[in-house]
Amino acid sequence: MSNLKSVFKNRKAFIPFVVADDPDFDTTVANVVALANNGADIVEIGIPFSDPVADGPVIQAADLRAFENDVTPTKIFAMVAEIRKQTAIPIVFLTYLNIVFKYGYDAFCQKCQALQIDGLVIPDMPYESRTDLAPFADKYNIDLIPLITPTSGHRIEKIAQAATGFIYVVSSLGITGQRDSFDEKLTDLVTEINKYTTIPTAIGFGIHTPEQAQHMATIADGAIIGSAIVDIVAQYKQDAPTHLAAYAQTMRQALDNATEKV
Amino acid sequence: MKNSIKLDKNGYYGEFGGKYIPETLMNELEKIDQAYHHLKTDPKFQEELTDLLRNYANRPSLLYYAKNMTDDLGGAQIYLKREDLNHTGAHKINNVLGQALVAKHLGKTRLIAETGAGQHGVATATVAALLGMSCEVFMGKEDTDRQRLNVYRMELLGAKVHSVTSGSMVLKDAVNATMQEWASRVDDTFYLMGSAVGPYPFPEMVHDFQSVISKETKIQLAAQKHQLPDMVVACVGGGSNAIGSFADFIDDPTVQLVGAEAAGRGIDTKDTAATIELGSTGIFHGMKSIFLQDENGQINPVYSISAGLDYPGVGPEHSALAKANRAQYVGITDDEAVNAFEYIAKQEGIIAAIESCHAVAYVQKIAPKMRKDQIIVCTLSGRGDKDVSSVLKYKGVDLDV
Repeated sequence: MSNLKSVFKNRKAFIPFVVADDPDFDTTVANVVALANNGADIVEIGIPFSDPVADGPVIQAADLRAFENDVTPTKIFAMVAEIRKQTAIPIVFLTYLNIVFKYGYDAFCQKCQALQIDGLVIPDMPYESRTDLAPFADKYNIDLIPLITPTSGHRIEKIAQAATGFIYVVSSLGITGQRDSFDEKLTDLVTEINKYTTIPTAIGFGIHTPEQAQHMATIADGAIIGSAIVDIVAQYKQDAPTHLAAYAQTMRQALDNATEKV
Repeated sequence: MKNSIKLDKNGYYGEFGGKYIPETLMNELEKIDQAYHHLKTDPKFQEELTDLLRNYANRPSLLYYAKNMTDDLGGAQIYLKREDLNHTGAHKINNVLGQALVAKHLGKTRLIAETGAGQHGVATATVAALLGMSCEVFMGKEDTDRQRLNVYRMELLGAKVHSVTSGSMVLKDAVNATMQEWASRVDDTFYLMGSAVGPYPFPEMVHDFQSVISKETKIQLAAQKHQLPDMVVACVGGGSNAIGSFADFIDDPTVQLVGAEAAGRGIDTKDTAATIELGSTGIFHGMKSIFLQDENGQINPVYSISAGLDYPGVGPEHSALAKANRAQYVGITDDEAVNAFEYIAKQEGIIAAIESCHAVAYVQKIAPKMRKDQIIVCTLSGRGDKDVSSVLKYKGVDLDV
């Protein structure tokens, strides 16, 4: 088990997401460092996969930009090694199971431990299918961050009880324009999760604005911001670090406001 | 049991299969699992399905003795299992009727499906029309371009066709898009998977619904020749007609099972879709199986003249059959398939789907090497009207249809 859980102790967690090697190696390093220095609590780094079935067009486009740079897991490990020279911020990888499978479960987890990667978020590895990877994650103290969605229903209990690190709560089924109508159910969902575990929760999928992040932080223990960050990187490319720093500060403030309210 | 080919309770055939899809869909998958395993042994459901197969889909399909081919090739006796004569012109209808009834029992009102060549899309649109359900079909842009008639057929049947422009714009990308659509709307929607791929229990359902092919073959051949075939040949993309053709013979060790994969421009080129010959174990599209992928686990873009075989993976049961050496899988090039397309048309007066012609091409190679008392059953999975213009184009003639 990693130290991820302790991150949530003192404040609402701001968890930004970047796609590795978008727009390039050095900017990815600088982006993560900028986020770390401006209020992020955990940074999620996406390892691109050719067929990201759980991702929308914004992240798919970022994956394609990364592939133009010939991104590989090995290259991303080198990126994290650079990042580690500048910050000790907790990092988790988000990727698809085939990437980890092909690298080798043991070798991948070992590499993660060496680089102080605390967890893995793998959207196509549901609870039942974690049994092959779990022994290696345990061996190297890597948390397998589970996802719980509005459709999880009776599955919440077993997923929550087995969770370590934090729980990634998926805010919606991904239909744009329906986000507001999920709010009430989202509170119920997190309440349900909390019945079975003391592991913190962070809400992700579709959170863009500081107001939304603040609202989510009144429901859960943190907010995961993906596409909004990837959009900034896409727009500003090599100049992204300064823009991400400013954005991170705004988000930090919003989340701290949520804490004061509670 | 590493080399097991039998389905276990967790949905694996040996090491292949399982459920590798986003949590959003897991609850839904459980419901399908429960509903299907209830219906599988429900006589009323089976009766309903059998009635539709017989009176709507035109089953049983013929087992036709191809005398001209047999004489011309001079070896084994060749029998053609005529799935091309089914309503909608392909084997796809067998599976679609079954799954649509499952969907109906689950209270679904909307069917979504991926399609490569368009046959599965047409079959799904057909059944949606029959059962009064709405239907949306996802098809790679490459395929909507090369199979325009099938796009129109689906629209005629009341379906909405989405042209998928992500990735390499073929079958794999259509599957991605359909999965995304399913994840965003599960309540009223059933993903009618067209091939023997995807998360458990889809490979099992497709196996069961397509196994009507081999069950009939066994009975028909016994009636005509009082024996089992020596070899069964079928083309393999995801592998639905092949698993259906093999199913009832898997436990008959004297029956050789051969799957013809699409080698495209050749297995020594990048333009190929010969998954089992060239691929390696991976996890994608909900299953652990064999995929064409690079050393980092990125799925390869694949190529075949045949839109229906243009897929970088294969169903988990085929991977298990290959691993256990129970079935052999051979690559057939575009050239060989096109040659077979013309050959079977001229010999037997049958215009067969370019997919099926991959199997015919293997028969052309192997029949002369076999004894005259031996029997090959070759499944013609679909009819080839849809392929006429793309075969002409392949030969350098541009027919504007």
